[in-house]
Amino acid sequence: MKKIDFPPEESMYRTALVELLYQLADDDFILAYRGSEWLGLAPHIEEDVAFSSINQDMMGHAAMFYQLLEDLGEGDVDDLSHSRKTNERKNGVLLERVNGPGHYLGKHEFDWAYTVVRHYFYTQFKKVRMDSLKTSSYQPLADVAVKVRMEIYYHLLHWKTWFLQLMQSNSDSRGRMEKAVQRVWDDVDSLLCYGPNGDDIVKAGLIEAEDKLLQRWKHFLTPVFEAVHLSIPEKLKPAAASGREGVHTKDLEEALAVLSEVYYMDTTASW
Amino acid sequence: MNEEMILKALHKVKDPEIDSISIVDLGMVETIKEEENRLIIELLPTFMGCPALDIISENVKKQIISLHLYHHIDIQFIHTPPWTSNRITERGREQLKSFGIAPPPAQLSESGDWEVSCPYCGSQYTAIENLFGPTACRSILYCKSCKNPFEAMKPISTLM
Repeated sequence: MKKIDFPPEESMYRTALVELLYQLADDDFILAYRGSEWLGLAPHIEEDVAFSSINQDMMGHAAMFYQLLEDLGEGDVDDLSHSRKTNERKNGVLLERVNGPGHYLGKHEFDWAYTVVRHYFYTQFKKVRMDSLKTSSYQPLADVAVKVRMEIYYHLLHWKTWFLQLMQSNSDSRGRMEKAVQRVWDDVDSLLCYGPNGDDIVKAGLIEAEDKLLQRWKHFLTPVFEAVHLSIPEKLKPAAASGREGVHTKDLEEALAVLSEVYYMDTTASW
Repeated sequence: MNEEMILKALHKVKDPEIDSISIVDLGMVETIKEEENRLIIELLPTFMGCPALDIISENVKKQIISLHLYHHIDIQFIHTPPWTSNRITERGREQLKSFGIAPPPAQLSESGDWEVSCPYCGSQYTAIENLFGPTACRSILYCKSCKNPFEAMKPISTLM
């Protein structure tokens, strides 16, 4: 890929662009990691195949967004994904939360309902985001969005199916799902906001305004929620920590330590 | 530029995970151009997270080097236009079948349902077992006529 330089008079545009790219990259990266922790533990073997494939796609999307950052001179893709500290990460806090107590290698109580709800909400938001990015003022980003959009068609179908089925299953399943929905609502604001540079990001024409995307996102969720007799809250609870400002939970810290372990064994290794 | 020779060489580069089909018939080759003695080949990745991309890039390089026509070869993955499954050639569709993989449905129906024929017996009496398969681009299906499980390339289109 070619290195892209911006003239000094466009430094504000560049700052906003870089900010948005970190959000996009870090969101997909950490949720793909959380998803991959389910490998071998998913409810059944067909789900294991499907979820692994989805995680691989999402990691591929994160890699593309990191690549756009590398092209802007932000550093090397592997470095950007593995060695940035917790307070440099821009993902929404919702996406870093553990799948449940315990560790995937040992005793654990991973919560499938939470995973389904979080992935469904995220994927629907990602779709709305990509739709908007298709007309981004930064052409390389618009090009990537077109490609990502096609791939997540299948992800969305997948998570929506799980969501509807578990919501309409027995009372145990319904109860777990409702609890999960509540937990995701509590954090979802962390995903929908563009952070402190939000105004500049929108002014630069990189993506449409937050509230526009929020409305569209709710519009897609509404028929699904109506089908399972659940209501969508009018107002979202402000997120406890703002991931977009680099404020995160210890869940992220622990995840980064695990996922970068091999990378740090030999940072110069060629894979 | 000897495009015919280059294309012939590119036909020898197979998908590392489906060795009956070349990257040309998969529709991955977008442009072949020459700039100041440098050969530039632009490829379209099928799926962005496809782990075979690096292998494909290496194999393209090897084939071109063996032509002894160029000292400088540049292989790039680009995203515009995006790869879609209707880029697979007619010959490519046949080659997929010979590997036991049904080609993607040529057209998506209004309802989003696929009609996929079994690559073994040709029957349309098939069912999707899993939209996701062993690689990002494939799904798992089952033929109710000849009772064989099989895979199909996922349809990918900008209309999705």
